[in-house]
Formats: sequence, structure tokens, C-alpha cells
Amino acid sequence: MSDILIAQNRFGLGARPDNLASGDAKFWLRNQLSAYRPFPQMLSALPSRQELAVGVAKSNEGTFFDNIPNLTSKIQTTNSSKNTTPKKSPIDLDLQINAVADQYYEDALTARAQLAITSATPFIERLVHFWANHFAVSANSPNVRPYAGAFEFEAIRPHVLGNFSDMLLAVEQHPAMLIYSDQVNSVGEHSPLGEKTTLEKNLKNKLVTSENLAREILQHHTLGERTYTQEDILEFAKVLTGWTITDNQNSKAAQNSGREGQPGTFIFSPLMHEPGIRYIVGKKYSQTGIDQAQAVLKDIAIHPATAKHISTKLVRHFISDNPSPALIEKLSQTFLSSSGNLTEVYKVLINAPESWQTQAAKFKTPWEWLISSMRALNTKGVQSQSINSLCAQLGQPIWKVNSPAGYDDASANWTTPDVLMHRVEVAELLASRSGQTIDPKVLASQLLGNQLSNNTIQTLAQADSLGQALALMLVSPEFLRR
Amino acid sequence: MLNRRLFLGAGCLGTLAFAMPFRISFAQTAATNKRFIFIIQRGAADGLSMIAPLADPALTQLRGPLLENAASGMQLDKLFHLHPAMAEIGKLYQSSHALFAHAIASNYRNQSHFDGQNILESGGTFAYAEKTGWLNRLTSQLSPNQNKSLAIAQVIPMAMRGAAPISNYAPAQIPVASEDLLKRVSQMYQQDKLLNASWNGALKKRELIDDVQGESGKVMGELACRLMTPDDGTRIMMIETGGWDTHSAQTQRLNVQLKNLDQLIFSIKNGLGNIWNNTLVIVATEFGRTVAINNTGGTDHGTASSAMLFGGGMIRGGRVIADWPGLNPEQLLNKRDLKPTLSLESLIVSSLAEHYQMDPQQLAKGLYPGLKDLKLMEAVLG
Repeated sequence: MSDILIAQNRFGLGARPDNLASGDAKFWLRNQLSAYRPFPQMLSALPSRQELAVGVAKSNEGTFFDNIPNLTSKIQTTNSSKNTTPKKSPIDLDLQINAVADQYYEDALTARAQLAITSATPFIERLVHFWANHFAVSANSPNVRPYAGAFEFEAIRPHVLGNFSDMLLAVEQHPAMLIYSDQVNSVGEHSPLGEKTTLEKNLKNKLVTSENLAREILQHHTLGERTYTQEDILEFAKVLTGWTITDNQNSKAAQNSGREGQPGTFIFSPLMHEPGIRYIVGKKYSQTGIDQAQAVLKDIAIHPATAKHISTKLVRHFISDNPSPALIEKLSQTFLSSSGNLTEVYKVLINAPESWQTQAAKFKTPWEWLISSMRALNTKGVQSQSINSLCAQLGQPIWKVNSPAGYDDASANWTTPDVLMHRVEVAELLASRSGQTIDPKVLASQLLGNQLSNNTIQTLAQADSLGQALALMLVSPEFLRR
Repeated sequence: MLNRRLFLGAGCLGTLAFAMPFRISFAQTAATNKRFIFIIQRGAADGLSMIAPLADPALTQLRGPLLENAASGMQLDKLFHLHPAMAEIGKLYQSSHALFAHAIASNYRNQSHFDGQNILESGGTFAYAEKTGWLNRLTSQLSPNQNKSLAIAQVIPMAMRGAAPISNYAPAQIPVASEDLLKRVSQMYQQDKLLNASWNGALKKRELIDDVQGESGKVMGELACRLMTPDDGTRIMMIETGGWDTHSAQTQRLNVQLKNLDQLIFSIKNGLGNIWNNTLVIVATEFGRTVAINNTGGTDHGTASSAMLFGGGMIRGGRVIADWPGLNPEQLLNKRDLKPTLSLESLIVSSLAEHYQMDPQQLAKGLYPGLKDLKLMEAVLG
């Protein structure tokens, strides 16, 4: 397989026959680092986080804070004795909110797929998908669902080629992450709000400090497992109290928790923040207010453990399930010496000999397979809803992973019997929809070059129709790998 | 958002089709009531099994093991027996609603499915010569009230592509993979240890769909009727069938395939009611299969096959049209294949010209512009 084909399959989203890349493979990849557009036209029509919040609030009869149930109910019992406005039943409201959330989710997913199948910078799109999975949120929660797409578009895309610490900050301050980790409800025990509510005798449960975000940041987003202690998490969780999002401007709850402002916006609430000096991963943080957590994030963003964690994941994602320690070390060194300059790290990956082995070591994830299949068939436009159901059928609903660790891209996850059978089904469907008239044998050699085994070539040649040959090509051992 | 219109378009079509009450039109015969269905058999269907020339002694010599139950099918004339799986089609033959043609082929003489299907659908004289399909060109020759066309397929098949507007209808859910594809995937994974193991697991888990009752053919036929019976419904339809490439285990596979075809035709006839009298159905494949059995209980790519015509009133059925070339070695094409003595293009033009009461020369020019000396068949229909 020529290097340019390796580049398109291993680093990109698969070749498009109507727009085949040519020339030097490393140049093709490096060129994308400057050609990439974080805000392409295709995404411009989608609502921002603030517009999403307003849309959700409207569907919820203006009470935006109902979106975050715990704190609302608690504050309401504490501060407002009566609620006179007649309300829809909770079930009606849930359905209404879910319909709005589903629509936002589906629009964003459709746009993501549309961008991926047509992108001229597929390497960078792959990186965007990689980071969105690294900083996984789950749209399975109806409260997160409307923001899942905006999270990737607003927090990941602008920083994918920039500095890791900038991406980290953008991610941890996005409503999707704050809602997903329940950080919006995290109140310091000795914060003004915490002190006040503990005095209330009729309160069933005390407002609590949530450890979720602190744990996710240390375990998944930065340092990685076995590099910190439970004490670090507890300390960091206190530092993070007050990191929340705005509430409906006119609500009583917003006033009482210091969260007035344009809906859907990150805000630091001094009323919820636990004051004090903290020690995290051996370092002292005596800052106050929002600065304290920002200082922690800045430090751990360039910690050697973070460099190793990120480097390992990158190599494992692009190159091999069992990455070479030497290559990980090379990436780590660059990560540290450039203070987390991601473009520099990617360049090391591009230049590594390990990246250009002809033997494809990785199996495509369902997302990669679906997108590369659509590209292979020169698909121009995706149908709304179809991507959602196809991804679900293939076993990888996007932005809906059930663990903050994200989808594991180890090959063993994507070669199970069910996954294979679903791919064959979807391949037959895609092939029957494609309307291609190009000879699949020609197509296969364009896409996979001399990687094609004689057995595959023969199987394609014997197919009983063009459509069947296309389906077979999409599930061929060569096309399933990259 | 993006392309929702596309999606809604398809969705509306589906809803519309099923919202129509099941209704049979009793309006008297007029040109607007004509229906035409083209059923393509993708994969080279074995004409010698569908319409078996049992009285030709060479047949037994060359493919004895494939003929075990052949004689239990209906005897059509001195030479031919109908395959036993097609009992309903046999009844249609008896009531003169079915007409068969044998030793027939398009002008394609090689063995590639892709090229053969392209020629069968485009009406060209070599593969990819024609960019549009003959069904599309047919619709542009018909008046607007009798040319509403639709394909039951995920995308418009080659035969229907072109300038004239055609719609398609496809079921929304992701269907289970076809048996034939599964077999080929198994072959493709044989040398890949990891995939092979996993795939065998997948096959074990999958309950093999028992389709010997012809269920899928019946469902398809009922769907076709729902789309074609309304007054403003479809007038011209194309239905795709697959799984005919029987290189192995031909006896078992054709039993299922032909049962489905039998049920498809039966449910169309039943579902159309009186409209059946104004309906023409043509069933054809891209080429036939070798006369001799191979060593895997199947047959390989050949040349001539058989074709079937169905319809109510106007069909002069109950006949097998054939200029039988014989199956002795010296009578075979390349000592291997059933020799084509009839032209499939001619059969299509001749029957359609009678069906639509059109000038056959004019029609031939439109459908098969590359075939200069297309000889018409006399009195195919009534």
C-alpha cells in the first residue's frame, strides 16, 4: 500500500474516490494542519450553547433551572415557600424537553457526519473525534443531550491544533461537561450557600460537594490512573466548587446561588465555592476564587503523567493496540518541551516510522467504518436520523458512551460476532443505496491498493451484482482495518 | 437540518403509499389502466431449471443429479417441464396467463454479472455504452397518465435511470443480510483467523431465516399491489430479486428462490384483482448457466436462459416459445452453454408494443437504439 493510501486510511477517514489524495503522504497530513477550519460553514447554522439553553428553557416553561433538578428542588424548599404558577405534569414536560433535546442532538450529529464524509482535512476531523471521545460526555442524559454537539464544536474544535491546557479549560467550563459530571450542583460545605443551607432544619439532604468532575479530570482527562490519590480528588473537588453554569436570570434560585446571567454560560459562583488553601498532587494552591482551579488545571495540563497519558492514547488510537514505549516516549518529550503544543505532538506521530508500516494493525471503530464506507461510496449528503440509527445499530452511538473513559478503541471491542454481523447488514444497505456504477474491483484497488488479498479480489469478482460486490468490499478484511 | 428534505421526501412516499386504502379499480379498459412490472433476477438464473427441457436426453447426461425431482413439476409441452417449486405459476400457465421463452439472451455474450446486468438494464450493446435505462426511456414514450414509475429498491436501479422522473420505495428499517451475501463473506474471511472465528460465531447466533414458504416473495408482491392499485398509483414498476448465482447447492437454493418467485407472482395476480387483466409482467435475468453440473452441486456462468411473461386477458399464454438449439456437445455454444436462439430485447419490445398498442419500430428505436436489426417476435401476446 502506498504511503498516501496509508495516510488516508490510518490518519484520515478513508479515501473518497471522487477526490483521491495524491503526492507525498506526510505533506498531505502536515498541510491539513494549516488548512483546517474550526468553524466551517456547515456548522454555522447550529445553535450555540447559549441558544441551546434558551431553547431548552422555552420548552420547560421558562424555568431553566428545572433542567438541573437536585439543586433547584433543594433551593426551592429552602427559599421559596410557595409556587403559584400552574405547571404541566412532570411527565409532559419531560417528553417536551426530550423532543427538543433529541432534535438538537440529531442536528448536531448529522452535521458532524456531513462534515466528516466531505471534509478535505479528514486527519484533523479524526483528531476532533479522538478528543471528543477522550473528554467523553454522555447524551444518554437528557440534560446533557442538547449540548453534546456544541461541546465538540465549541470546546474541542477550536483547540484541536492548539495548546492542550486551552482545550482542557474550554472543556471543563462547557455546560455539557459541567452538567454531565453534576458539577453544576456541587456546593462547598463551608461556602456561603453551604453554610446557609446546613442551618435549615427542614432540609432533607445537605447540599454536597461532587467529586465527579475532579475524578474525571485526574483519571481520564489528564494524569491517568495510579498517578494521584483519593485525597487529591477530594481536595480538587473543593477547588472546583463554584464552577457552574448560569440559571434563568429572573429565578430566585439563580439569585440565591449567585448564578444570574445569560443562560447556558459558564459562571463562577463565589456563593458556592469552598474557600481555603489546597494541596493537589504535591503542590500548594493558595489562590482564591476561580483562579484556584485554573491554576490547578494549568499545572496538571503539562504534568509528565499527563504527557504520557495523552501520548499513549494517541499512539494507541492511530497506530497500534500495543504501542511501542519508545514512540510514546518521543511524543511525551515533545508534549513536555512544547508545554502541550498539540500540533508539535502530531508532527512527531506523522514522522514516526511506526506510523507507516504497511500492515494495518487497527480495526476501524464503527464510526470510522461508517464514515469511511460513505466516503468510499462517494456519498454526498447524509440523511437526518439515519446516522443516529446506523451508529446505534453498529454499536457506537456517538456522544452516548456510558463511561467517562469514552469508547475503548482496542480492536477486540470491534471484532465481536454481533459487531461484524451488523456491519454486514449495514454494508448491504449502504451498497444498495449507493447507486454506484464503478466496478468494485477498480474501486477496491483505488482505496486499498496492493493491500488487497487475492482471496478478497476473487470474492469481489465473483459477486452476483455490483451492489453485492460493493457490500463485500466494505466488509472485506482490508477495509475493516486501517 | 441538513438534507432533512431528502429524508422527509422518502418518508412521505412511504406514508402516502400505505395511507391509500386497498382498492381495486373497476374502471373499464383504457390506456391509463395499463400496468407493467419488470422483475430482474440478478445473478444469472438457471433457465434450464426453471423451464427444464427434460425430453432432451443430453440434459440428464450433463446434469443428472440436479434433475432428481424435475419430473414432478408440471409438464408444459413435449419438451419442457416447469420447476416443481412454481405451482402457482403452473396454474397461470394452464389458464393461459403465463408465457415462457427459452434459449433466450440479451446481446451480451460474456460472463460478467456487472456487465451483463448493465446491458440488460441499459439496453446497450456493450457495457456502460448507454447512460440511461430502457425502462426510463419507455416511460418517456408513454403519456403522462400511464407512465408513473417506481422501483422497489434503495436507489433507482440502472434500468430506470434517466431523464424521466422515477421514484423509489424502500423499507425504512435496516434489513437482515441476505443469505447469499453471508456465504460470500464466509469465503472472504476464510484466511483471516480473527475475523473467521468471530464470523463463525455470528453465523451460529443468527437464526437462519426459514424462507422456504416464500414469505419474502409474498410480502414483496403485496407491497407492489398496494402501490399499483390506486387510481393515481404506480403504473410501471421494477422489482429486484437476488440470490440466483447458484455455483453450489443449486437444488436447495433454487427450491427457495423459485418458491419465492412463485409467491411473488401469485400475490401480484391476487392483489391486482381485475387490474391483472391489464397487466404485463416480465421476468428476466442477465444470462444463463452452464448445462453441466460442476463439482459443488451447482452450475457456472453460461449464456442463454429462459424468460417469463405473465398477465391477464391479453396474454396468449400456455406456450413455451423456443427455437430449441439442442444440448448435444456440438449444439452448445463453446461446447458449454445453451445457445441463444431468441433475443431478449426482441421479446421485451414485442410484448411491450402489443401491451401499449405502440408502433414496435418506434419503440425499438427508443428502447434499444444501438440494436439496428432487431427482429420482432410475431404475436407474443393476444
